[in-house]
Amino acid sequence: MGGFDFSNHNRNAALHAQGVPLPKATSTGTTIVGCLFDGGVVIAADTRATSGPIVADKNCEKLHYIAPQIWCAGAGTAADTEFTTAIISSNLELHALSTGRKPRVVTCMTLLKQHLFRHQGHIGAYLVVAGVDPTGAHLFTVHAHGSTDKLPYVTMGSGSLAAMSVFETQWKGKLTKDEAVKLCADAIQAGIFNDLGSGSNVDVAVITAEKTTLMRNYITPNVRERKARNYRFPKGTTAVLNEKIIKKEEISKYVTVHELEDDSVTATAETMDTS
Amino acid sequence: MAALFSGAPPQGGPGYSFKQTPTMAPSGERQHGFYPYTDNGGSTLGISGADFTIMAGDTRSTSGYNINTRYAPKLFKIGGEGPDNKGARIVLSVVGFAADGDALKERLDTIVKMYKYQHGKPMSVSACAQRLSHVLYNKRFFPYYVHAILGGIDEDGKGALYSYDPVGSYEREQCRAAGAAASLIMPFLDNQVNFKNQYEPGSGTGHDLQAKVAQPLPRDTVESIVRDAFTSAVERHIEVGDGLQMMIITPNGVEETFTPLKRD
Amino acid sequence: MIPPPDGGACVAMVGKDCVAIACDLRLGMQALTVSNNFPKIFSYGDVHLGLTGLATDVSTVSDLFRYKVNMYRLREERNISPQTMANLVSSSLYERRFGPYFVSPVIAGINQTSGKPFICGFDSIGCIDFAKDFIVSGTASDQLFGTCEGLWEPDLVSCACSGDMG
Repeated sequence: MGGFDFSNHNRNAALHAQGVPLPKATSTGTTIVGCLFDGGVVIAADTRATSGPIVADKNCEKLHYIAPQIWCAGAGTAADTEFTTAIISSNLELHALSTGRKPRVVTCMTLLKQHLFRHQGHIGAYLVVAGVDPTGAHLFTVHAHGSTDKLPYVTMGSGSLAAMSVFETQWKGKLTKDEAVKLCADAIQAGIFNDLGSGSNVDVAVITAEKTTLMRNYITPNVRERKARNYRFPKGTTAVLNEKIIKKEEISKYVTVHELEDDSVTATAETMDTS
Repeated sequence: MAALFSGAPPQGGPGYSFKQTPTMAPSGERQHGFYPYTDNGGSTLGISGADFTIMAGDTRSTSGYNINTRYAPKLFKIGGEGPDNKGARIVLSVVGFAADGDALKERLDTIVKMYKYQHGKPMSVSACAQRLSHVLYNKRFFPYYVHAILGGIDEDGKGALYSYDPVGSYEREQCRAAGAAASLIMPFLDNQVNFKNQYEPGSGTGHDLQAKVAQPLPRDTVESIVRDAFTSAVERHIEVGDGLQMMIITPNGVEETFTPLKRD
Repeated sequence: MIPPPDGGACVAMVGKDCVAIACDLRLGMQALTVSNNFPKIFSYGDVHLGLTGLATDVSTVSDLFRYKVNMYRLREERNISPQTMANLVSSSLYERRFGPYFVSPVIAGINQTSGKPFICGFDSIGCIDFAKDFIVSGTASDQLFGTCEGLWEPDLVSCACSGDMG
């Protein structure tokens, strides 16, 4: 766990000293929120990923699976939120298997904070952890340095102030599920429209004792309008100097690949859905 | 990797004007810095046609990750009569540091108006273009932090477009994009206005293939290219959005249009 | 997404039942061109990997993945699918989270089991960008973003967008 390879570090430091800029990581400039309600918890996120002032991904997923009833919204360095949640999800699954119990949200939060604290803030993951376990519904925030909070409503990311302004004006105790979903969606939209780091769509996840409902693209307030002109080029517009058609057989010249007769067998072996 | 949660602007991205707040130098004494410029983001572009020039700019003003306002025009009529610039035939667009842009526009507007009072005829675009270059170069060592584009109709009735760097180097061009999303818009314009990288299908093979020749585009075509250039820039650049302001300069006057853009 | 020296550009896009991946052939140090024949796209069976960034890392990483993909083929006796390749690239880059390769890879391919086109991009530490339309990378990424956003539309037939990089 966390087995990082530092063999390029000295070279990169030398390169950096010569004025080579460090590569820019994709960050989820992000608005993420969470809110407890009577009988469960809601988390929501926008879907914009940025690299500097450029939008790298218009519809990325910031709601990460940890366990069936525990989900996590991530802000900060995109790769860090992705891999940190994945590794904690894996450890929590093993833990659940060995104890024979459903994983608890506090356990997840503790694993996350210990992992992040161990790396002293270098793993730039800022997370909202939410879930329902046998002890009830829980909502936490975890910062990159390992500090945590437990609150009835939380916001994080560059749009956290815009989102918090919605919570601070509209939140009340004893929310219903629909009220909590609406409140979270409104908070995300405040981030989308008022924070340049956030944008595109709203993703929402509702976790109750019975089930988890992931509502991907719950609201899409930023659909691109039709273009004014048609930009299809007539065939032959691009200059081609030479053309080479590579057949499938030529590609496998390094290793001999035998196509198996029964295609369905290999097909099932490959259904690991990675998208 | 910068922690985004701090709310700080992206590294190498838009900066704050007072970003050098007092800091402790290695020796221990307090150091003060004053950075007089801000980048207010946004983008502008201009395309000149056979008998018209189209100028366009988005209306968002930003600092860091914040939006200052959703309607801050970057296009200004220059010359004409009175504070509304009635009868003006020249348009200036400025992008970069908005306060410098405003100051520059005020200076140029006064100059063009004074010219008419003194000479009894309106200033030509070519004269105005050269004067703008001088105004910019006059502040060579404390420049107006703007990328200016000047548009109008020349003495032959053709569309005229001049683009400037912050210290007054200028050039007459067919089309030009400036500002935050200039690098996104410019190659699109090269391809669609000057037909760069496009060839006549079936006109030859290999190096004999004939390049598609650029010809002046009709006004409605240019208008839709401008619109598409901006909707595309809005999709991929966080500092561009909210509204699209367009000014179409013809020998009959300046038409102004405003269309909403995405606000995220 | 913005790699250091050794200019280069790469773009991948989805069309109707097809994918396209393209790169320039220049190897340079700032304004000086060192070579005019330095391909940045590497094919591993059904998957094509575009690598832009530091030229030494482009070579190293392309060789590393040739090794990894060949080992995969020997073990699994089948070609690697684009989706599996994406996860292999992602985890390999994230392993070097604190000493990354200066590359921003792009993947394009057609999944032979589903027959569906697949493209994706990465930052230098392995964050995957699953896009349904196009992926750009390299020193001209801004320019490519602008051109693709302006010219791309769903179901392009022969993927004629070459992208003028100036």
